[in-house]
Amino acid sequence: MYAQWIREGKLKPSSEWNKERKIKFTVQDPCQLVRKTLGDPVADDLRYVVKAVVGEENFVDMTPNKSNNFCCGGGGGFLQSGFPEARRAYGQTKANQILATKADYCITPCHNCHAQVHDLSDINGHAWQTVHLWTLLCLSLGVLGPKERAYLGDDLVDVDVFHPEMGEE
Amino acid sequence: MGEAAIKIGRKHKSVFKDKVMELLPNGGNLNACLTCGACASGCPATGLEGMDPRKFLRMAALGMDEEILSSKWAWMCTMCQRCIYVCPMEINIPQLVFHVRKSWPRENKPKGIVGSCDQALKNDTCSAMGATEEDFEFVVNDVLEEYREGQPEFAEMTADINREGAEFVLNQNSREPVTEPDEMVPLWKILHLAGADWTYSSKGFAAENYCLFMAEDPNWEKIVRLKAKAVDDLGAKYWLNTE
Repeated sequence: MYAQWIREGKLKPSSEWNKERKIKFTVQDPCQLVRKTLGDPVADDLRYVVKAVVGEENFVDMTPNKSNNFCCGGGGGFLQSGFPEARRAYGQTKANQILATKADYCITPCHNCHAQVHDLSDINGHAWQTVHLWTLLCLSLGVLGPKERAYLGDDLVDVDVFHPEMGEE
Repeated sequence: MGEAAIKIGRKHKSVFKDKVMELLPNGGNLNACLTCGACASGCPATGLEGMDPRKFLRMAALGMDEEILSSKWAWMCTMCQRCIYVCPMEINIPQLVFHVRKSWPRENKPKGIVGSCDQALKNDTCSAMGATEEDFEFVVNDVLEEYREGQPEFAEMTADINREGAEFVLNQNSREPVTEPDEMVPLWKILHLAGADWTYSSKGFAAENYCLFMAEDPNWEKIVRLKAKAVDDLGAKYWLNTE
């Protein structure tokens, strides 16, 4: 949907903010959206949006990816099942795949993935930040306010802040 | 390698496998396994509880229903369907896992999942965190007002609830309104800038469905039907589930 709006010119994101910074991003393809529902075309759309937002040269894909992507371990109720050790053991495969990209951020366009990948980062020395796509899209549109940055790292928390006065309590 | 082979000492009847085969087109191909191991080699749950998808399927085929039921592994497979995707015979192992979950007595199922399902059944919101329609409406309106004032470029931004005739009805995971309401705003902004004609529905607003994960058919169906009805009642064209 985001991809369609960008193609139609309704949304005009710019990756200018990352031209000099060269912060690297990877993306976790949600099993539910990609493999189980819409397949590779939606994964391609996802990459189109991510590249428009962070800059093509700053996107690093995971291996394997798209329909062949590995589940992170956040699905099927695993997060609430009371088996955190098994869940983290399961997720270590994903953690290693993220680490192999050397990306600074993993974009998770799925709520369960966000919670799981965030937790996996915590137990891997906080090696990457875990961020929703909506956060980065608003950053690239220049409209991300100071209180909408909970998942940005120190490298981005002060970049292009929209109405910074809203953050001063 | 090196582990003793599983010995089948008595006659078993594979109830699980037969039941799942009744449900699926072509019986989910459950008898078509070539034992190649593509499923197990690409499954993040391989090794947990000494289990993997191929072993699970083979045990079902051998009628080892008791052994399958006594393993917690069915709760550690996320039913992500990668095994079906890579399987040359497209065998539906996740459906077998779902059916094993279904066969667990409710009192033995993981308490976190049961609790979230029960919460969702309490209110028409279907929120696993127990948020009511009033809670949801209050939070959305409160946050919207703050941002319309604080960021005048978005003074016209909307986050309607229960508006009839919108093109899209948007779901929202309970976590945002309940624990981090500011995280709702970026999506509102995107929808506003794209000129999308959208509304929330207070009934069935919550995107999650833990009753599905606990494999309780009547309850997950009840939740899906309630949400779908809410969308239909508002006359919307599309039902959007968020990121």
